[in-house]
Amino acid sequence: MNASPVRSRALSSFVTFRRSATNHVVTVVAIVSTIVVLVPLVAIFGYLLYKGASSLNLAFFTHVPMPVGEPGGGMANAIVGSGAILGLASLLGIPVGIGAGVYLAEYSRGKWLGTAIRFTADVLNGVPSIVMGIAAYALIVGPQKHFSGLAGGVALAIMMVPTVARTTEEMLATVPKAVREAALGLGIPKWRTVLSVSLRTASPGIITGCMLAFARVAGETAPLLFTAFGNQFWSFDLNQPIAALPLQIYVYALSPYDEWHRLAWAGALVLIVMIMASVTLVRIFANRGVLKGGN
Amino acid sequence: MNKPETIPSPPAASEQPGSQTPTDAATPGGVASIQGAAAAQAAPATMMKPLVAQQGAAVQAVASNTPPSVVRAFLQAKSSGKLADGAFASLMVICALAIFAIVVMILFVLIANSRLSMHAFGWKFFASQTWDPVSGEFGALPFIYGTVLSSFLAVLMAVPLALAVSIFLLDICPKMLRGPISFLTELLAAIPSVVYGLWGIFVLVPIMRDQVGPVLLKYLGWTGFFALPNFGVGMFTASVILAIMIFPLISSISRDVMRAVPVNQREAVLALGATRWEMLRIGVLRNARMGIVGSVILGLGRALGETIAVTMVIGNHPGIMKNLFAPGYTLASVIANEFTEATGDLYLSALIEIGLALFLVTIVVNAIARLLVWAVVRENAGSAH
Repeated sequence: MNASPVRSRALSSFVTFRRSATNHVVTVVAIVSTIVVLVPLVAIFGYLLYKGASSLNLAFFTHVPMPVGEPGGGMANAIVGSGAILGLASLLGIPVGIGAGVYLAEYSRGKWLGTAIRFTADVLNGVPSIVMGIAAYALIVGPQKHFSGLAGGVALAIMMVPTVARTTEEMLATVPKAVREAALGLGIPKWRTVLSVSLRTASPGIITGCMLAFARVAGETAPLLFTAFGNQFWSFDLNQPIAALPLQIYVYALSPYDEWHRLAWAGALVLIVMIMASVTLVRIFANRGVLKGGN
Repeated sequence: MNKPETIPSPPAASEQPGSQTPTDAATPGGVASIQGAAAAQAAPATMMKPLVAQQGAAVQAVASNTPPSVVRAFLQAKSSGKLADGAFASLMVICALAIFAIVVMILFVLIANSRLSMHAFGWKFFASQTWDPVSGEFGALPFIYGTVLSSFLAVLMAVPLALAVSIFLLDICPKMLRGPISFLTELLAAIPSVVYGLWGIFVLVPIMRDQVGPVLLKYLGWTGFFALPNFGVGMFTASVILAIMIFPLISSISRDVMRAVPVNQREAVLALGATRWEMLRIGVLRNARMGIVGSVILGLGRALGETIAVTMVIGNHPGIMKNLFAPGYTLASVIANEFTEATGDLYLSALIEIGLALFLVTIVVNAIARLLVWAVVRENAGSAH
């Protein structure tokens, strides 16, 4: 192309150099960024393990909080309270979520309603959790005139629905069409096919999705602030204010007492271990069976 | 399904009259009418077993006078799915519609409960700087400022890192490390907000105050964005926490989007002699740019609504200040801090109006982001992997 081969060679070798230099710079930048990102992660985990493990003891799991100024005490009531609220949320949220997912995957192909619901679910997923708290407050706490675990459970259930629905749909989509057609071909009615064939085949993935949703709401504090409200004593009554682990950590972290800070760290470790355990289980499930490549 | 031994009989019956009305089977109307007839005959039966038994009798009765429908009537009866199918399908539709209902309900509840404040302040609510619960004067501008600024800074910090990590994980990283690193970044997303806040208070705030603060002050103090006093709690620290929190979201979605770009795009650019970076820039980033913008907006949406971690480190003082070390306040934090202490209906309704604003803004932001991400992933669906 160029008239003078010498100049062209010099120019092209310069261009080649510049191009490969840019390439290397980008590579280095990408590697450095990854390291920069991994540092806070390791820092958070390391510090959490260090602080949490050194403050954790048996009393944490067996005692209720002590009054200010007295050493010891634990968060047993908060762990139980969290369990109650999360149980209620799962009971309300998961069936609705799975139902919506089944509709999206099995009944709505090519219908505008399916697209609209899918879109709404995705958008609802991004709504701040504190807004769910306000909604539950206005719906339940306001009319009842008192805070309650029930309201907290409802707020968390609302947050679970879109997540469960979308993962259920995605997991059902990985079930091969032929399996469904085989079932329908045997004359099995559609509802039975959906329940015993599609859902059954996709069940590991759906359980995964439910646990992901569970893990996500398990750490939520904002929607519980003015619904479950927290409680310093034993309470199993879902119609009354009830303690929750994230809520207790929040209150204790902002308190001026060292003893409470210690408990907050221990609580954070317990919470994280709980969530990590479910996420890791999810990982194991996800790497098995039907879900392979379904990601 | 439950009585396999009876199945062979209908085909035998169908052999003589089967050709009589062949088109009937193809038209849904025909099937429906037969099904309807079968259902009508079996109407009183509600349980499965009696239904099947009665149907068997009905089929025998029908067989003598109207032979063509025998097979179909039998099979329809055997499956007997119409009622159950309808019930099941409508149950699923109800579950799906619940998602709509939730959104509408939240919107309705928020509007109904913030009416007092809307009437009292009108649009001025979003332009006024006064937040004075004692005299009943409420304006949301400082909170809007705090929310927008902290989220913007967080996005500014998180996006370059997230894109770099996505590129690293997709194209540079050795296969062995890919799994563990992406798992670690996903773990970041699993840490609850309150734990980030706890870490922020006891670890990040001292670092910001004693190590990072002075450096920023020395080199960037002239811009006016960094000025004393620096207590460690403030807008900048909140942005850093937010950046860490939205990073996994942006990174994982932009990675999905980049992965959705067809391989032949990459191969074509490489075949022209491009280096890896040129291939990424021309072949991948350019094709995925809409989706990447979408992932960034999703991250922005998450940052706008983030409550607890921000509340714990931002300082919670309403005010519009240029200094990023100064304490600020966000829409979500003011709700979290003052909701349970709100005395009086107007105060509460002002806080709920802030919630409404937050809800509408995040809905719009998320809708835009989803549309962008869908556009890319859909377009390339099928040709991906």
